[in-house]
Amino acid sequence: MGKIAERLKNGIITENPTFVQMLGMCPTLAVTSSAINGLGMGLTTMVILTMSNFMISLLRKLIPDKVRIPAYIVIIASFVTIVQFLLQAYIPSLNDSLGIFIPLIVVNCIILGRAESYASKNPVIPSIFDGIGMGLGFTVGLTTIGIIREILGSGSIFGFSFVKAVENFAESHASEKVFQILSDQGLFQPASIFVSAPGAFLVLAFIIAFINRRHIKKAKKTGEKAETCRLADCASCANAMCAGKGKEE
Amino acid sequence: MNIILLAISAALVNNVILSQFMGICPFLGVSKKVSTAAGMGGAVIFVMTIASAVTSVIYHFVLVPLKLSYLNTIVFILVIAALVQFVEMFLKKTIPSLYEALGVYLPLITTNCAVLGIALKNVQDDLNIGESIINGMFSAVGFAIAIIVMAGIREKIDKNDIPESFKGAPIVLITAGLMAIAFLGLNGLI
Repeated sequence: MGKIAERLKNGIITENPTFVQMLGMCPTLAVTSSAINGLGMGLTTMVILTMSNFMISLLRKLIPDKVRIPAYIVIIASFVTIVQFLLQAYIPSLNDSLGIFIPLIVVNCIILGRAESYASKNPVIPSIFDGIGMGLGFTVGLTTIGIIREILGSGSIFGFSFVKAVENFAESHASEKVFQILSDQGLFQPASIFVSAPGAFLVLAFIIAFINRRHIKKAKKTGEKAETCRLADCASCANAMCAGKGKEE
Repeated sequence: MNIILLAISAALVNNVILSQFMGICPFLGVSKKVSTAAGMGGAVIFVMTIASAVTSVIYHFVLVPLKLSYLNTIVFILVIAALVQFVEMFLKKTIPSLYEALGVYLPLITTNCAVLGIALKNVQDDLNIGESIINGMFSAVGFAIAIIVMAGIREKIDKNDIPESFKGAPIVLITAGLMAIAFLGLNGLI
């Protein structure tokens, strides 16, 4: 039980793939234009990560060391294809809004990274929960970014437009004068740049800066050196590949 | 005329990094110096052109006749992984000078989602083989432009006084955001 809880906590907080490890940046930036898309992408990735961790852990003694990376890629790609079919059949709206980023889950560094660094070395049950933990961490990251971008960019949360709600409330309840001011000034003008490409970079930058600031403050108290967010080296992204290659030569 | 339009759209308007968000990992990771960024850009142009050609040929002459086009994700990623290994061996044997320049970046490209992404997009948008090659090549050119410009800016940023909490990833992301705003302006080109 302790092991399971530890895996979940590790994935969601200690080694959160989005905010701490900065892995899987492409979907993080691309699909988070609304909270529901972020949530959908996070959960889809979680399902695939859990299944691939399960399968790889199950087969870890059967897969020869030399061809393990291609083997992992085939396993992951198969699950991605299955999940893509399921989404097309049952949640076509999500499938349309995530678009090409569903097949691109194959090259998501988180999944190959977990396969290489955890599932290939550990028993089945902890591997499953490692997948769930990491997947939830990714979901939390994506949904957070999605919520912030949706509030700033379109004035709504999970599709519920609070700007409209307040205007309607003011129209029916507030005095004529207040309503006049509201409709003249606009309570809150959503900045559409936050739902387009540049907003993704800016929002993520400010979230990471905020986390860094907290780490620096904490470090000042204890007198240790601050461990600020490390910038994903491409090495960390492709380390599974490179590690596999290094061994062969 | 159509080809020119496709090329401009792939390289500038729908820039792989700044508007489609594919290949962010190398964009953030390998953009510290202009020379390495140029190496990475060159390697991506090289691989993405070949990969677009090969995957497009396989799709049209193998997968479609056999009615296996639903397997394209699995087939493409394996083809790209094998292709990168093959290109690496080929360059090592025949053009050592080019291998020296691009060699270290080649293994990193397999996990560059831009390569798989463009291969899948070629199929999704129903491009024929010639158009696929043009699209792949100029998307890669767009990647190279973005990463080299980014590296140039980062070399300058290194000398600036940045608030402690913005050092590292955040300032790079903000720079990328500003670049993306600039690229939004190119929308008017087509």
